[in-house]
Amino acid sequence: MSDAQQVKAQILSIEPVGSYFHMVLEAPTIAEHVLPGHFVAIAVGGIGSGMLLRRAFSIHRATANQSIEVIFAAHGQGTHWLATQQAGDVLDIVAPLGKPFALPRQPVPCVIVAGGYGSAPMDMLTQELKARGCSVDVVLGAATQDKLFGVLDLKRDADSVTVTTDDGSSGVRGRVTDVLPELIQRTSARAVYACGPMGMLSAVAKVSADNGAFSQCAVEESMACGIGVCMTCVLPVIGDDGVTRMLRSCVEGPVFRGDRVRWDDVDTIPEDAFGAPVPGGH
Amino acid sequence: MSVDLSTSLGSLQLAAPTMTASGCAAAGRELAQFGDVASLGAVVTKSIMLNPRSGRATPRMAETPSGMLNSIGLQGPGLEAFLEKDLSWLVENDVTTIVSIAGGSVEEFREIAIRLRDVPGIAGLEVNISCPNVESRGQVFACDPNSASAVIEAVRAEWTSSAPILAKLSPDVTDIVTIARSVADAGADGVSMINTLLGMVIDVDNMRPLLGGRTGGLSGPAIRPVAVRAVYQVHAALPDLPILGMGGIRSGHDALEFIAAGASAVSIGTVVFGDPGAPWRVAAELGQELEARGYGSLREVVGAAHKG
Repeated sequence: MSDAQQVKAQILSIEPVGSYFHMVLEAPTIAEHVLPGHFVAIAVGGIGSGMLLRRAFSIHRATANQSIEVIFAAHGQGTHWLATQQAGDVLDIVAPLGKPFALPRQPVPCVIVAGGYGSAPMDMLTQELKARGCSVDVVLGAATQDKLFGVLDLKRDADSVTVTTDDGSSGVRGRVTDVLPELIQRTSARAVYACGPMGMLSAVAKVSADNGAFSQCAVEESMACGIGVCMTCVLPVIGDDGVTRMLRSCVEGPVFRGDRVRWDDVDTIPEDAFGAPVPGGH
Repeated sequence: MSVDLSTSLGSLQLAAPTMTASGCAAAGRELAQFGDVASLGAVVTKSIMLNPRSGRATPRMAETPSGMLNSIGLQGPGLEAFLEKDLSWLVENDVTTIVSIAGGSVEEFREIAIRLRDVPGIAGLEVNISCPNVESRGQVFACDPNSASAVIEAVRAEWTSSAPILAKLSPDVTDIVTIARSVADAGADGVSMINTLLGMVIDVDNMRPLLGGRTGGLSGPAIRPVAVRAVYQVHAALPDLPILGMGGIRSGHDALEFIAAGASAVSIGTVVFGDPGAPWRVAAELGQELEARGYGSLREVVGAAHKG
């Protein structure tokens, strides 16, 4: 693990893309350490802001000795503020954070699945996998066409891209998991990489396991610190020893093996989890 | 010219005035990528209990104006794993360590004190009495002078180490001076104040409390005036009782308010979540604030706001 750095980063550009914003930050000392799946935590609201907590975004792209890029949706007060920032403004950022996607040692067939702007880190991942001789077939899903991100880049870099939308405004009408089983079978994929909403990840993990592929899922849990000290972003994950522990998605994730996350028990403490309350105890 | 920022809490001499607040820096290790943890006044560890504990269900966090609510539920590895993995790292790295302990019963606090008293590398004990007492229908120890003093008495009786015992007080009481006096009489060497205030956020889309634990602890700059008031009141009533001040400290200016109200040192808590470099930055800023006002040392300003 490379250390995270807290730095002041100038915005080189910020542009709307579909329903999202694409922001490029000057971060030369961070960029060279970024791997696909790493995230950045950005302070919002300016000096003295009433919003104390950083906003976390997966890193879309990193250019060594130069910049990192993020994709974000302006859906809350903090991200709305971020969307009002302009090239030349300076942000306080902490990166690279989290555990990146685990890459296969052998050149095996891989499938990438992303929902909405969960596709942000996937072009970087595609390039990394292709460089290792893996084939990469991609499924991108969203509610509507304007909520898709990264289709063109992935069409350029991956072997194939299948698009699904809930309303049929682009590609196949339906969900990513409607097309995933056939794609895993057709490509004989051994590894599935996923990023998107928890419900989608849960379904992708199951479909992958049912079709004999390992899955690597980047989760979205609400987090306060992003650096492993606050314990807010936990979810139940089964360890190598078979014991379920409440793990921090910021440092033990955000990428987890799909077959190890107890998706149905997220937002609960399973009775058999390590340290779970016992009857008569506290 | 540089200001002397050294200070003390009872018998504990501190080279620097800022610490991490319990529950806001785990056991210090994660902050090492942002600064020299050994240069802090101390690391106050996340409260440790006798046994491993999963904590509460998520969501555990809600951002609020200038603050946040948390409902972690004291997730932790249990005492033995803490000693083996966390305290050992702190000792190896020469970090001044104040161990925060928590329990669901007076007996649990007592057992932890017995287990810790001969462990090297503990500079102080912070007794987190803001936990529910399972033997008293879940009433929080810190909210009742008798329960609060019972815990401190039990810890004091077993604590053969010379490291000071600090009782961490809750602001959710009618009169915090009563509680401070009861723990001081029970043998606390000082008090840490304040813990979080109990709060709630409602998720109006699902019409239920947002946090998995329903209620949570409010922290951050939003509670700072409450904390400064509490420190001021306790110092006024018990001027010889050392106080570790905390509650929404974000800048050296904020820290100076606590010192002037009567704290001898301060802990930086929630602000670390947004600014992991804050414990070092606040110490540097505090030096600048003192220097700008012509003071030569921190010690001369402790309780200064009571002199007017």
